[in-house]
Amino acid sequence: MGAAHGHLFHFHAHSPLHRAPAHLKLLALLAFTLTVVATPRGLWWAYAGYALVLASVIALSRVPARYLAPRMLVETPFVVFALLMPVLGHGPFVEIAGLTLSEPGIEAGAALITKGTLGVLASLTFAATTTSTQIIDALARLRVPSLLVEIMSFMLRYLEVVLTEYGRMLIAMRSRGCEPRNPRHWPALARSLGALFIRCYERGERVHVAMLSRGYTGAQSGRMPS
Amino acid sequence: MNPRPPTTPPFPDGANAEPVLEIAGLAYAYPDGHRALSGVDLRIGRGERVALLGPNGAGKTTLVLHLNGIIEAVAGSVRVGGLAVEKANLAEIRRRVGVVFQDPDDQLFMGTVRADVAFGPRNLGVRGAELETRVMQALDQVGMADFADRPPHHLSFGQRRRVAVATVLAMEPEILVLDEPSSNLDPASRRELADVLRALDVTVLMVTHDLPYALELCPRAVVLGEGRVVVDGPTVDVLTDEASMRAHRLELPVGFDPRVVRPNG
Repeated sequence: MGAAHGHLFHFHAHSPLHRAPAHLKLLALLAFTLTVVATPRGLWWAYAGYALVLASVIALSRVPARYLAPRMLVETPFVVFALLMPVLGHGPFVEIAGLTLSEPGIEAGAALITKGTLGVLASLTFAATTTSTQIIDALARLRVPSLLVEIMSFMLRYLEVVLTEYGRMLIAMRSRGCEPRNPRHWPALARSLGALFIRCYERGERVHVAMLSRGYTGAQSGRMPS
Repeated sequence: MNPRPPTTPPFPDGANAEPVLEIAGLAYAYPDGHRALSGVDLRIGRGERVALLGPNGAGKTTLVLHLNGIIEAVAGSVRVGGLAVEKANLAEIRRRVGVVFQDPDDQLFMGTVRADVAFGPRNLGVRGAELETRVMQALDQVGMADFADRPPHHLSFGQRRRVAVATVLAMEPEILVLDEPSSNLDPASRRELADVLRALDVTVLMVTHDLPYALELCPRAVVLGEGRVVVDGPTVDVLTDEASMRAHRLELPVGFDPRVVRPNG
């Protein structure tokens, strides 16, 4: 259940990076990620350079490493995939500690982990130094189609409402003896997700009625910069 | 007092004053055939504060959604400040009728309080300095000016309810329609909202199950039963007519006596 004031990714601090205009940060993040992805594997000195740049940016942002580290877990699926690559890859093979591993697989896996980690860390730093409202404003400034920006801002606005609602549903289920961790109760859990979907859908309709009541005529009336 | 038939002229004050809201013969049935309204007649004068009472399923919400044309009248008519509620006038109607919905989370959907209050007037084409003035005025009226830059979901429930009122006030409506304004509020927030509503210089139609709140804020009460107006009169009279109260499934809190409460509406 999301705490009322919980920010999932934003870290409150006063640093030059927090103050920098969000749309510039977003462009920088995009440029950095594209550069990292486009760098051919094997150019390890280039990756070392990127890591150095990123490390100094993080130092500048005053976001502590122990804040970023647990959030790096979002990378886990990629890491698992990268670890499988040496096992599943094709020849030539090398023998390491009794295991026959694919040499291109090792190289590809290592590159995937390096690129992924750099990208995730850069994104987390961006998220830690930019509030969600600023991100939405930045997208609007960068001329992302207003309909998309609107949808994203709605998603942000209602994420917490929906999570709180789901938290209440889970508490109500637990109170009646359902344990969400127990696989035998997963069918009930799935049905509750269905119920949550219906509730969200109905809320969407109520929000729409509330918008129409205040003279909304369509996306062209636009988001307002705050 | 016996339940008055809907043909009785409404409460004198409402009849004499210039009418803001005129509903005549309004009927509505849902697509599944369920009749929600069957001939509602109601006139509300400028500056009146009227409570709309009635049990669940009496058609109160359906009536509210007719007032600003979210639901189109099938039979009968609704006029706001003389203007008929119909497709061609919807933009102006929605400016004139400010609806505050029951769940503030449905009403507040922008990233900040300021942006949310600006949403309505922006849709009316207000921009720049005038927009800013309207937003701050509306927030001032509900005592939330200091919270303009906060995201709505960081406010308390009572604060969100008051911001929801401001989002509508910023459109400078002729009639403010409140759906269950006191629901889910703690007693202090409930009183704060009452103070805000009393201070407003605007016609109010308040849908509520909270009868003491109706007595406190609205000199006149209208009871909706089975899709029509079945009682219309001074709130004290309506709430003290035990036979009619029972007939329309209305109940006062235990120990509450409207005769010994001084309504300060």
